[in-house]
Amino acid sequence: MTTLVFIFQQTMFFTIPLMIVALGGMFSERSGIVNIALEGIMLIGAFCSILFISIFQTVMSGQLLLLCAIGVAGLAGIIISLFHAYASVNMKADQVISGTAINMLAPALAIYVARLLTGVQQIYFDNTFRIAKVPFLGDIPVIGPLLFQKTYITTYIGFLILIISAIVLYKTRFGLRLRACGEHPHAADSVGINVYKMRYAGVMISGFLGGIGGLIFIVPTSTCFNATVAGYGFLALAVLIFGNWKPLPIFGAALFFGLMKTVASSYSGVPFLADLGVPNVVFKMIPYLATMIILAFTSKNSQMPKAEGIPYDKGSR
Amino acid sequence: MNGKILKPQKAKATRFGTINLNVSVLSSLFAVVVGLLIGFVILLVSNPSQALAAFMAILIGPLKGGMVSIGNVLYYSMPIIMTGLSVGFAFKTGLFNIGASGQFIVGAYGAVLVGVTCTFLGPVHWLAALITAVVFGSLWAGVVGVLKAYANVNEVITSIMMNYLGMLLVNYLVVKTVYNSLKNQSLDIPPSAVIPDMGLNYLFGNSHVNGGIFIAVLAVVVMHIVLNKTTFGFEQKAVGYNREASRYAGINEKRSIVLSMMIAGALSGLGGGLLYLAGTGKCIHVVEVLAAEGFTGISVALLGLSTPIGVLLAGLFIGYITLGGFNMQLFNFAPEIIDIIKAVIIYFSAFALIFKGIINNRNAKILHQEEMLERERQAAALSTAAADSPQNAERGNSK
Repeated sequence: MTTLVFIFQQTMFFTIPLMIVALGGMFSERSGIVNIALEGIMLIGAFCSILFISIFQTVMSGQLLLLCAIGVAGLAGIIISLFHAYASVNMKADQVISGTAINMLAPALAIYVARLLTGVQQIYFDNTFRIAKVPFLGDIPVIGPLLFQKTYITTYIGFLILIISAIVLYKTRFGLRLRACGEHPHAADSVGINVYKMRYAGVMISGFLGGIGGLIFIVPTSTCFNATVAGYGFLALAVLIFGNWKPLPIFGAALFFGLMKTVASSYSGVPFLADLGVPNVVFKMIPYLATMIILAFTSKNSQMPKAEGIPYDKGSR
Repeated sequence: MNGKILKPQKAKATRFGTINLNVSVLSSLFAVVVGLLIGFVILLVSNPSQALAAFMAILIGPLKGGMVSIGNVLYYSMPIIMTGLSVGFAFKTGLFNIGASGQFIVGAYGAVLVGVTCTFLGPVHWLAALITAVVFGSLWAGVVGVLKAYANVNEVITSIMMNYLGMLLVNYLVVKTVYNSLKNQSLDIPPSAVIPDMGLNYLFGNSHVNGGIFIAVLAVVVMHIVLNKTTFGFEQKAVGYNREASRYAGINEKRSIVLSMMIAGALSGLGGGLLYLAGTGKCIHVVEVLAAEGFTGISVALLGLSTPIGVLLAGLFIGYITLGGFNMQLFNFAPEIIDIIKAVIIYFSAFALIFKGIINNRNAKILHQEEMLERERQAAALSTAAADSPQNAERGNSK
């Protein structure tokens, strides 16, 4: 039982950030903008918010500090994503190239600024955010230990983001318009929707969620930020594709990827897995392999937004 | 009449071609200048008193070290010229090869594997190791090509996945086959697997450069000929422009896509081989980080306009400022400023399209105006001619 609880909680630490970032990517791609800059956005979000934590941890601590940091992460993500939006929407640039530029810029900028401010590229912080046990809820058998003990507020925020994302995308006017811009921007434009604005909104949401995801990835797993998010942005991109650009399947995909990550990092501590004798590297490779296999079989009838990656030009037909 | 109108248009079309090339070069230069400027501004903000000296270290530092320094510029340029060629060739054939990083490290592993284990090969040892690198790289990229051609999977996504798979697999295989557990890296390669100097030590003294740079330049020349002078290259480019039309014209576009990816992979793999067989003591570290050379290759290709000659120049430039960045550390700045400059260059290269668009629009407007003037002139000439002839006829009649 304790092993199971341990695996479940570890899985959540990997799943929640993957899901949040992938949901961010979903908003961008459903609006028609390819966002391979997720890695860079995550990194900038994590960098700014961890820096914020390391500065303000002397005056604040606990959940309040974490919530403020989440705000900082989201804001930083939005700011960096604006570069992507400007290039892709206004300048009609190749979205993959602009995304690549941001991915290259982010770690360099994080290391440079960190070394400028502190002399080293690592930023250390104290983890004061763990919730040992949620009152009342933590005492419920089974569910209590799984969800309400030794947990982080970020887990609940993640689920909240999932629900809000699904509602926004499918039940609001904004979501409908956003999806229209990703499928057929000219049709959307013809009924008076401002495609440029919608695409800016999509990319900015992805920046907001991507930045938050970066912070949420770092906080439970480390007390030191070393200018990297370990390829999680790209993994989130895989989650997004695996989840067919839809909120609930994205959650499923993130859960699967999170489980694989957990198995890869802690399989030696789990007797059942250690006995299998499968090399660690296999579990690390499974998420990427699975994405490629799924793509190979489903690409012909993929749910990818139809206008994705194509700059919108009012004059063209 | 028709001939008269067509002729000037033909001349304009050729003129348009030259305008395009000039504009592209201009937009690349524009990206470089903006990149360097932003780098300078960042230096200035972080430490105003040292900024100018540091910036000059980037710009002219490598020249101060004499021939050794220039040799090192060549050494740093060598792998990124290869990955740049790889990305550039794929661009020319309509594919975005963001997977150069994976192909690079897989090729490097092939080279190191043969380099460490096959010591019985004697004088052709290094050549065998290099060829292994080429084969490994091309097979690795071939997977992406097959998925793109036969299952229509977006090559960007699969390339990204293959980057991580390659990095993880190489780490695993290094530990299994050629592991130096003391340093957590691959074993050193024996001297027989090191690419010969080919006389470069006379010219560049103690620098890191070796015969690998000749192989890189040879690859540039070969790719230039393949792309511009052969039917094969023409077909590859045709598929890049329009897959459907190429198929209609009788080109086997599926085969073409697979081949294109395999060639791109071979070039990246060769880059990996060249770097790890350079005899500078470089070994594959077992760390979960993607090879940076693959991504630098993207900036090199974009800056070099995806043409082999352009890639050569851009690679030398990036190699040059990379060495400059190392020199700049004397002034207590982190060398990551070079990565920032590279990223800004990529970002503004992405703008090249609109930059080109603006200039072309302006040129088109000028051409359009000229054409209009020309037409008016012709029309005027015609009308006077027409006005003349009836008069003449009338005169004739009256007489």
